[in-house]
Amino acid sequence: MRFDAQRTVKLALIAAAALSLAACASTKPATPPQPGPAGPAPSGGGSYIPPAGPGPIDSRPIPGTTQDFIINIGDFVYFDLDQYVVRADAAPVLDAQSAWLRRWANVRIRIEGNCDERGTREYNLALGSRRANAVREYLIARGVAPSRITTLSNGKERPIDAGTSEEAYQRNRNGQTVIVDGAR
Amino acid sequence: MTLRSMMFALCALVLGAGALPGAARAEIEIDINQGVVQPLPIAIPAFSGVSRGSDIAQVISANLERSGLFAPIDPGAFPERGLDIAVQPNFEAWKVINAQVLVNGAVAVESDGRLRVDFRLWDTFGGQQLLGLQFTSTPENWRRVAHKISDAVYQQLTGESGYFDTRVVFIAESGARGKRVKRLSIMDQDGANNSYLTDGSYIVMTPRFSANSQEITYMALRPTGSSVYLYNIETSRQETLGKFPGMVFAPRFSPDGGRVVFSVERGGNSDLYVMDLRNRAQTRLTSDPGIDTSGSFSPNGGQIVFNSDRAGSPQLYVMNSDGSGVRRISAGGGRYTTPVWSPRGDFIAFTKQAGGVFHIGVMRPDGSDERILTTSYLDEGPTWAPNGRVLMFFREGRGGEPRLWNVDITGRILRPAPYQGSGSDPAWSPLLN
Repeated sequence: MRFDAQRTVKLALIAAAALSLAACASTKPATPPQPGPAGPAPSGGGSYIPPAGPGPIDSRPIPGTTQDFIINIGDFVYFDLDQYVVRADAAPVLDAQSAWLRRWANVRIRIEGNCDERGTREYNLALGSRRANAVREYLIARGVAPSRITTLSNGKERPIDAGTSEEAYQRNRNGQTVIVDGAR
Repeated sequence: MTLRSMMFALCALVLGAGALPGAARAEIEIDINQGVVQPLPIAIPAFSGVSRGSDIAQVISANLERSGLFAPIDPGAFPERGLDIAVQPNFEAWKVINAQVLVNGAVAVESDGRLRVDFRLWDTFGGQQLLGLQFTSTPENWRRVAHKISDAVYQQLTGESGYFDTRVVFIAESGARGKRVKRLSIMDQDGANNSYLTDGSYIVMTPRFSANSQEITYMALRPTGSSVYLYNIETSRQETLGKFPGMVFAPRFSPDGGRVVFSVERGGNSDLYVMDLRNRAQTRLTSDPGIDTSGSFSPNGGQIVFNSDRAGSPQLYVMNSDGSGVRRISAGGGRYTTPVWSPRGDFIAFTKQAGGVFHIGVMRPDGSDERILTTSYLDEGPTWAPNGRVLMFFREGRGGEPRLWNVDITGRILRPAPYQGSGSDPAWSPLLN
């Protein structure tokens, strides 16, 4: 089904983002990838032999793309149990989101609020709305135009982690910033 | 079978001069409000006649057994076979196998092709007939005739109206946890005649019946937003409740079907609204900064019970249906959600979350007499059978899939509902006509 395929891709990207975040966390200041040392200049006159390139080939998302946003900025922030206040650990992510959104001013987003399964369906729809709106207001306060943002609550219908541990519940209490259109 | 073809007149008339309903109720009466420790032994031989006789008896037997109030006797033990409905059974023989009550019947096809089913209910120890009724319908409605007979037996012996000639609308679930496919689904209360009403391409939830049982309201969730629909199950005609700036959810009909109470979210805050379906006029009922949702009307339409966390945690509140006179009714520790007013008015059912588990419970509309009926990892979303004495809800084990369950208001009769698949958000219809 089309929707599921999209979702699978999205989850793969989330996994990639999580890996990149983990990698960033271990290297103190995120040092930009270094180019390999320059090879010896070919001596004039002889036949050209390509150097066995010692440097890695870097790849990274094109700036301004959805992949750029998910991997380099982060599209999820997390909430405490039954809460919808933006946590201290979410603030740097949302600050980076708002900076990115200010730079890529054509991008429009949908913020989806999500809840863990330890609540009832209708209440969780309302709680997810609070979370989505908390993210929205944070981004607006950082200069993102309200007209670029819509919100949606999935309640407990769209867990990103199907597990039943506290860690899974924590992952499922989130606000996700989804790029709707305007990315490069 | 089309739903239209199910619309028919079930004709019933009392047979026999001595068969006054309730005449012997004092001798055999099941008090379902106390729960029963010992179900009543009942014999239901195959009905005699041309066709469907054993099918009808089996449907009646399964209904009554599932109620937890009756213990159908193994037909292998029956002392008489091929009972003639016009002849009094041999009570002494039935007493030997402790058949306290006996249901026998006959099926005939009338000259116009309609099915006629006669049945009698006998008190074997009292040696008398308790009930004699005749139903006629189209042959394909034989299951509904069996449900009508079940209702008649239940009512005669418990003094409470039955709930077998009813349907349940619910969400059929499939697929892995986290990416469930959810389809709006309908079935008879015994699990028969199950069919899907939506195709699973978008999330649907919280369907609710109208009092006329031909219309349901439910919520759909798509990436583009939420919608509340009104869906006529007879004509398949569907319309939205309207366009709303934020989330719209938690719809429920008023008892007369003329209004819908629902929640609208704006700027992160959810409040209750009511819409008059005749002129589409909306009235906002709450304006508190807390979450207000899950509204449910009292049977006379004059009050609404709802869920709010205005005091910090989700609790139950009752207000007049114009939004005035709000008062909290839940008092115990824990989180109370999904209140549903009994069609009889005497109880409000709810989901309660406390100590890391979920419960289905009931309390009086003033908050007194709270009873916890069930406990599990996740029990949620009770719905009342039309007699107000039995509930259906869904239960999901840790890491498992949701299943439909039944429980009576004493909490003693707790059983899986007769639906084999994974399901959630059940809503019980009123008694069918």
